[in-house]
Amino acid sequence: MNKRSLVSAARWSCVGFAALLLSGCNLELMSPMGDIGAQEKSLILIATGLMLLVVVPVIAMTLIFAWRYRASNTKAKYAPKWSHSTAIEAVVWIIPCIIIAILGTITWRTTHELDPYKPLDHQAKAITIQAVSMDWKWVFIYPEYGVASVNELALPTNVPVHFEITSDSVMNAFFIPQLGSQIYAMAGMETQLHLIANQPGTYAGLSSNYSGAGFSDMHFTAIATSQQGFQDWINKAKASQLSLDDQTYHTLAQPSEKVPVTYYTNVKPGLFNAIIAQYMGDMKMDKIGAEPAQASAIPSPNDHAKAAE
Amino acid sequence: MFGKLSLSAIPYHEPIIMGTLLMVSLGTAALLGWVTFQRKWGYLWSEWFTTVDHKRIGIMYVILAIVMLLRGFADAIMMRAQQAVASADAAGYLPPHHYDQIFTAHGVIMIFFVAMPFVVGLMNLVVPLQIGARDVAYPFLNSLSYWLTASGVVLVMISMFVGDFAATGWLAYPPLSELKFSPTVGVDYYIWALQLSGLGTTLSGINFIVTILRMRTPGMKMMQMPVFTWTALVTNILIVAAFPILTVALALLAADRYLGMHFFTNELGGNAMLYINLIWIWGHPEVYILILPCFGVFSEVVATFSGKPLFGYKSMVYATAGIGVASFVVWLHHFFTMGSGADVNAFFGISTMIISIPTGVKLFNWLFTMYRGRIRFTLPMMWTVAFMVTFTIGGMTGVLLAVPGADFVLHNSLFLIAHFHNVIIGGVLFGLFAALNYWFPKAFGFKLEERWGKASFWCWVIGFYMAFMPLYVLGLMGMTRRMNHYANPAWQPYLIVAAVGAVFIAAGIGFMLLQFVVSIRNRAANPDLTGDPWGGRTLEWATSSPAPFYNFAVLPKVEELDQFWADKEHKRAYPQHAHYDDIHMPRNTGAGLIMAAFGTVFGFAMVWHIWWLAIGGLLCMIGTFLVRAFDTDVDYYVPGAEVEKIERARLVPLHKLIENVGPASAGEKVA
Repeated sequence: MNKRSLVSAARWSCVGFAALLLSGCNLELMSPMGDIGAQEKSLILIATGLMLLVVVPVIAMTLIFAWRYRASNTKAKYAPKWSHSTAIEAVVWIIPCIIIAILGTITWRTTHELDPYKPLDHQAKAITIQAVSMDWKWVFIYPEYGVASVNELALPTNVPVHFEITSDSVMNAFFIPQLGSQIYAMAGMETQLHLIANQPGTYAGLSSNYSGAGFSDMHFTAIATSQQGFQDWINKAKASQLSLDDQTYHTLAQPSEKVPVTYYTNVKPGLFNAIIAQYMGDMKMDKIGAEPAQASAIPSPNDHAKAAE
Repeated sequence: MFGKLSLSAIPYHEPIIMGTLLMVSLGTAALLGWVTFQRKWGYLWSEWFTTVDHKRIGIMYVILAIVMLLRGFADAIMMRAQQAVASADAAGYLPPHHYDQIFTAHGVIMIFFVAMPFVVGLMNLVVPLQIGARDVAYPFLNSLSYWLTASGVVLVMISMFVGDFAATGWLAYPPLSELKFSPTVGVDYYIWALQLSGLGTTLSGINFIVTILRMRTPGMKMMQMPVFTWTALVTNILIVAAFPILTVALALLAADRYLGMHFFTNELGGNAMLYINLIWIWGHPEVYILILPCFGVFSEVVATFSGKPLFGYKSMVYATAGIGVASFVVWLHHFFTMGSGADVNAFFGISTMIISIPTGVKLFNWLFTMYRGRIRFTLPMMWTVAFMVTFTIGGMTGVLLAVPGADFVLHNSLFLIAHFHNVIIGGVLFGLFAALNYWFPKAFGFKLEERWGKASFWCWVIGFYMAFMPLYVLGLMGMTRRMNHYANPAWQPYLIVAAVGAVFIAAGIGFMLLQFVVSIRNRAANPDLTGDPWGGRTLEWATSSPAPFYNFAVLPKVEELDQFWADKEHKRAYPQHAHYDDIHMPRNTGAGLIMAAFGTVFGFAMVWHIWWLAIGGLLCMIGTFLVRAFDTDVDYYVPGAEVEKIERARLVPLHKLIENVGPASAGEKVA
């Protein structure tokens, strides 16, 4: 075994890996198109750099010590009884503590700044998009415009977007890698995500939580475009022949794969809340006092059970 | 009569599965035929299947783990092949339902039926010897634990050919794992296989805690225990604290699926988040259950082959205990993206990072053990150096994932997959391979040969880097885990490299098997005559290789750390006694095997809703236990004269040997 070549191979592969990391041109997470993604990119780089301060010396020391103190090197000092040094032990406890103290502070700060629920601080008024994961497609509802789409969403650039997310099936996760954070989509619950796109473009979106047989095709396109382009997209949806009422929704919610992009107009008001409510049984927290059947725009499985009684 | 079970449960239409069934059947038939031809059934039954000897149980655990490694790896290379070809929405050769079972089975098998039995097997083999005990505290329970693990294995293997396995991911998150979304028996196989083997693991944990606390040889204080024993103690405390949570989580899931309850469903107030919390409250300690004993292995190996005591023993002990405690307050980092508030996410992120402090200290301690040492690059030491480099990288990416802001984009991506393989292969598996080479002579009386072992080492290390470094990049490219096929062709080159890496690992496994075969065939060339082939420091090297069934004829007296090393230096190792007492030993019993066999029947019947058989299996299991509980003939005495004969046969030639080469280095020089 040639140690020297091993050491240099290791060194070069580290450099190569780092170069690959930093080149960034084809790494989606390293070429973010929105402010959240950009902050997360620099967080990843800062945290990695901070840790490399310990990691590189440890790897180097491992290889150097292994080489220098090999049994065949009788010139190296041998201290067969030496097993304790208060000074060294203090240093090896303190150095990781310092690094983690710094990283912990950064973590506390960025976790609050990047909290997916936190509205973005921006002069433009946020638009709301409601995302619903189903077996196995995404439905996006624009409550302010009364339109909806399947497997494609559009958003105006430089306008914060407030996503309200739920699932009408198993758990999924809503994720547009180049815009930043992801969040789970869970039935009977609403999660939230605030993102912004600063560059126009077409970005890949996907479910990043395995959800069964059709999972691999559960991707969508996110179109970030100018205000005008966005308005055109809304108008295109409004011109659709299909309206999203109880009946259409029910059909759409059945399991299906590779569903082509579809637009809907005349989305039934309150549809998103009704989708959540159908899983909440008698515990519709925010609708206390209301008649359960009225609170639910679509018949839930439980209502069927009640009717049968 | 047969519940849901009918002939249609066998997947005739799946050529890959039927081909595998054919191979497995032929292999099993050949093995059974060979054993019958050699007339070894009686020997296997009386010496191995019914044994309560911790060393033999340990060996059986490790064999089970290696066999299951082959199965788990077969799954892995099928996934790598699928992803290497299923680019630009090509279908590949595995349909989603089959592929989804494969990645589920891969995770379940590698964690529960490779890493766990390997770790428990090592603790069985080594801990009693390191603390100078004659066996574990509850030898029969130990046998039962082993066979319960084996029954979990049997259920998982049956699931491949009768019915199907879970297609849910290795932790079977609801609501996907609920009856509505997974109506087949796959998740039921998952539940009962893990319940049976989990029971075995919990019992094993109790057994080892009592053994380590109560059965140390006279004089050995806690702070004089070898570091591997310390890590084993902390691991077993974690097992006893964490595994009941898994049992409860799976029992509640079973209640949902069998009794129509709604703990984790979407409807009627059920909530999957409860399961996800419970499973990770077990799951995170579980990864430390696996890695801590491996840290112990590295500590033993690095001290032995550097020819120095371990640097910072006390630091090492406190670091181990600290990691054990902290492992219970980090579980939420597995789901930062579930929508917890920033305070909660930040708390769990920072608590996770804090674990890296004692872990970092451990790395420094190994480094300073090597510092000013005389390092012999045997296989265990090579695995250790490879571990130190690889694990440091894995640790770094782990801390990165613990930063919630970074995890928001890296969660569930192939970056995460690369990270945990980086620590589980680079940490756990490398540690187990180091241990395998290190303690093999203690188990069998001869060393593993090095040539094929080194070939295996290089293939594994190169294969690991080739298979998993591209996955880090793919994670940064936005590729998520568990994809059957994908649209983005830019991912394919990286996946092809990863597949080639898997081929290297396959070669590594092949060379390792070859290493075993060659070593066994040439065992006369590598004998361990002294019981101390590496110049060891701890008590397991004080007795012969393989250790006699009673381990120590006279319990060693311990006054300091590394007592055996000191004894060798003062030329008082291997004492010959004028008189040997009778030794009290447990008698072999088949009760553990029989109980586990009924347990397997119970599990299989539960999977297929064959209620009469399930009740029958459970009653027979309890009945066997009662019969065993009322059996009073469970022990015997080895007469002192027989002990003396065995000891004399070892010590007389050994003393001659030592006179020739000196005590401290007798082992290494002779070997």
